[in-house]
Amino acid sequence: MQAPVHHIIGLTSIVRERVLPISGNVTARIQQKVTPNDVVAEAKWAREHVLLDVARLLSISPNAADRLIKCKVNDEIKANAEIAVGKGVFPKSVRAPRAGRVVAVGGGQVLMEAGETKIELRAGIPGSVIQILPNKGVVIQTAGGLIQGVWGNGRIDTGILVNLAESPSTVLTPNRLDVSLRGSVILAGVVKDADTLEAAAELSARGLIIGSIYPSLLPKAYEMRYPILVTDGFGSLPMNSAAYKLLSTNAKRDVTVNAEVYDRYTGAKPEVIIPLPTASDLPSPKEVAEFTAGLQVRMRRPPFMGMIGSIVSIKPGLTVLPSGLRAPSAEVKLENGETAIAPLVNLEVVG
Amino acid sequence: MPSSIITSNSLLAIDVGAANTRAVFFDVIEGEYRFVASGVAPSAAEAPFKDVAEGVRNAIANLQTILGKTLLDSSRNIITPTQANGAGVDALVVTLSAGPTVKTVVVGLLKDVSLDSARQLTETTYTRIMDTISLSDQRKPDQQIDSLMRLRPELVVIAGGTDGGASRSIQKLLDPIGLASFLMPEEKRPSVLFAGNQKMEEEVKTLVGSLAASLHFSPNIRPSLDTEDIDPAERELARMIINIRKRQIKGVELLDLWSGGHILPTAYATGRMVRFLSKVYGSQKGILSVDLGASAAVIAAGFKTKSTLKVLPQFSLGQNLVGILNYTTLENILQWSSLDISSGVLLDYLHQKSLYPASIPATQEDLAISQAIAREALHLAMQTARKDFPKNIANIKPNLTPLFEPILAGGGALSDASRPGQSLLLLLDGIQPVGITTIILDQNNLLPLLGVAASQNNILPVQVLESGAFLSLGTVVSPVVSAKYGASILKAKLSYESGAEANIDLKFGSIETLPLANGETGKLTLQVSRGADIGFGPGRGGVIPVSGGALGVVFDGRGRPLNLPSDSVRRRELIKKWNWTLGGG
Repeated sequence: MQAPVHHIIGLTSIVRERVLPISGNVTARIQQKVTPNDVVAEAKWAREHVLLDVARLLSISPNAADRLIKCKVNDEIKANAEIAVGKGVFPKSVRAPRAGRVVAVGGGQVLMEAGETKIELRAGIPGSVIQILPNKGVVIQTAGGLIQGVWGNGRIDTGILVNLAESPSTVLTPNRLDVSLRGSVILAGVVKDADTLEAAAELSARGLIIGSIYPSLLPKAYEMRYPILVTDGFGSLPMNSAAYKLLSTNAKRDVTVNAEVYDRYTGAKPEVIIPLPTASDLPSPKEVAEFTAGLQVRMRRPPFMGMIGSIVSIKPGLTVLPSGLRAPSAEVKLENGETAIAPLVNLEVVG
Repeated sequence: MPSSIITSNSLLAIDVGAANTRAVFFDVIEGEYRFVASGVAPSAAEAPFKDVAEGVRNAIANLQTILGKTLLDSSRNIITPTQANGAGVDALVVTLSAGPTVKTVVVGLLKDVSLDSARQLTETTYTRIMDTISLSDQRKPDQQIDSLMRLRPELVVIAGGTDGGASRSIQKLLDPIGLASFLMPEEKRPSVLFAGNQKMEEEVKTLVGSLAASLHFSPNIRPSLDTEDIDPAERELARMIINIRKRQIKGVELLDLWSGGHILPTAYATGRMVRFLSKVYGSQKGILSVDLGASAAVIAAGFKTKSTLKVLPQFSLGQNLVGILNYTTLENILQWSSLDISSGVLLDYLHQKSLYPASIPATQEDLAISQAIAREALHLAMQTARKDFPKNIANIKPNLTPLFEPILAGGGALSDASRPGQSLLLLLDGIQPVGITTIILDQNNLLPLLGVAASQNNILPVQVLESGAFLSLGTVVSPVVSAKYGASILKAKLSYESGAEANIDLKFGSIETLPLANGETGKLTLQVSRGADIGFGPGRGGVIPVSGGALGVVFDGRGRPLNLPSDSVRRRELIKKWNWTLGGG
């Protein structure tokens, strides 16, 4: 059986697409070296629209209104500008209620877009632009450590990684967060209260990487303007040993936390990237692996949820589990020395 | 049925679910169609695979191993028709429920008339209603445009106007749809279904036609104020959903090709089968099908006058699992648990399971939690679906589940249960059937596949249904009664074909069974206490023929609606006792 691979790798080639949500203008060039905060593409987006029903306002037919409308598509209109004037001794006029750009004229109506804002797409990771996606974005390549998570609050930032987790299950509390951590990316085990998230915000933290978070804190986590990345799940789960080891040994390095919201259809996952200089071309990590003996896996459900182990053997046929269910399963030797039988669908390949 | 009448032989039915893809093989055995075997593989709609055809190929490969028969060629393409060497299959059909819920905006003239019908239509498939637009909408057209631009719906369903009736009002509603579509990039424009005033077809084409990803018409779902006919539009909508999936998910196009266009949304195929069953086997009672899956809870009910289909992604057991808390509380879910589980553990579970929808409970505690959630999801789904059941249907009390015969049940949560008794108790708790009904477990999730197979081969569904491929859990007698715990509410005598007899004195609050194996029949004599109703009227008993099942004849004396004890220790003891009575462990 094939399984998707969850990446926790010390050194690999990382290739990421960065795409605008709407069509726009790509500002980066091919082969350009970018830092995470560099703008690589931008787009203009109108938040609001104004529909002027000239025919109705002048009490005339749409065709007659079309003949009276003074503006055309793409005209920039100032607030209170005259759009159309009726006929007669005391003609009524239709004026733009606010400034905007005309996007459609016809049927006796004028549609304008207003409140235009600019969307800037940042590189998100340091690296080289290896492909331009016209009107959409870029593909960036870098090399370094890669730690994927399971939940992110949608933010992205870069900073120096500071390890506040003595162990993978260390609970982060507000009293651990002092001014010396200003502008850092903080590594911790578990977050159990909203005050901790607020305290990190007050420090202008550049990111928070944790093993797990209480589900009740998720709305608050979305409100935070710094990236929050959860590596393992919800509740009091310690960070898995592979992620903890890799992150804690890279403390004091610059890391990028892209706490992208997990999208199971596009494959976008929250991830931490630790840029590392390398002389050689590295292969990209495998996205899919076949369950076989020796493969490193993580338990996704109880028992031993979150624990890393390696497959000893794939059991033939279906195995009866302690729950009474029957499923294709594997014998897994866990890092604590215990052996467990786990259904294959509850295992995640790590590598 | 003589085999000579059967022209097309083997049929491969594929179900692409959110979590799993199943390949099911049907063939003619001794002159009749039979379910032969099924192969399962994880679905591949999601990253990193992003190609449902890969999951299908893997499921077929597993099926090949079970069958000892080659179905795929060296390029992993389906071999069709069957070759001289026995490889391949004669026909292929597909049902599909994988994919994100389709973002939908519903448009209708009047809130309680066409808008309500459009909502009902939209809820017959895998959609999420993001916004509604009607004449009572207080927003200005430009605000409606802003909303559409923000939501970026993939589907717009429009109803309104009796045939030949209102047209200017509909035009007014169409304006923002056309303008918003015009502003969207071409690849992001929604598909539009117009199911309103049939005289407006040309105007709709002018206003929306060139601006929608695709424009479809169906007969008016509200041809007059007091007439509603959703069925033809449901069929059109089903086709549209497949077309939307073709754009969204790689591999759907290939499956469409392999199946020669015999591909349907799973829920629609289930609804079609229930409609067929209610016509063929229908009595005064309705026919009910419930399916609890990773993508949605699907409730299909067939009545003499009308069939209803309700697809409820909000009560799915997959990635949307946490969303159930918008409709219930942790405490309500935990009341169904046989183990003492804290609300914190449950909350963690809901979030963790949402991350890994395909994972299964490996421990007793995980199973208890997953089954408690399934009970609550089914209960909520039934309550929601009941609101759209026709008014004049057979029931004992209007606020309870109507009378059904039989009840068919399928989906991951039910086929996951390790013992038939676990599935039955889950269904009794979730559906709370009343009167006398047979409960049938679709353990291989065949019902939707038979629904889509009917379009290819109309003999197959009938023969497979009668072949024993479904597991009868038993005949269930559920009196509607209010009494003191332990009071006698029903006496039953089961007379076996052998001449033997078995008796039971059902006490309020208990569940009892009388053995009657699958394939056996018997005569059940029922006497009920004053006020108790099993569908014959208060206090009236009767003699009925019964068929056997995995649990025999089951008597659910817990009353309706089911009120669980508020004392948690006592409640858990009772749940364990009921489970034990039904052999659920």
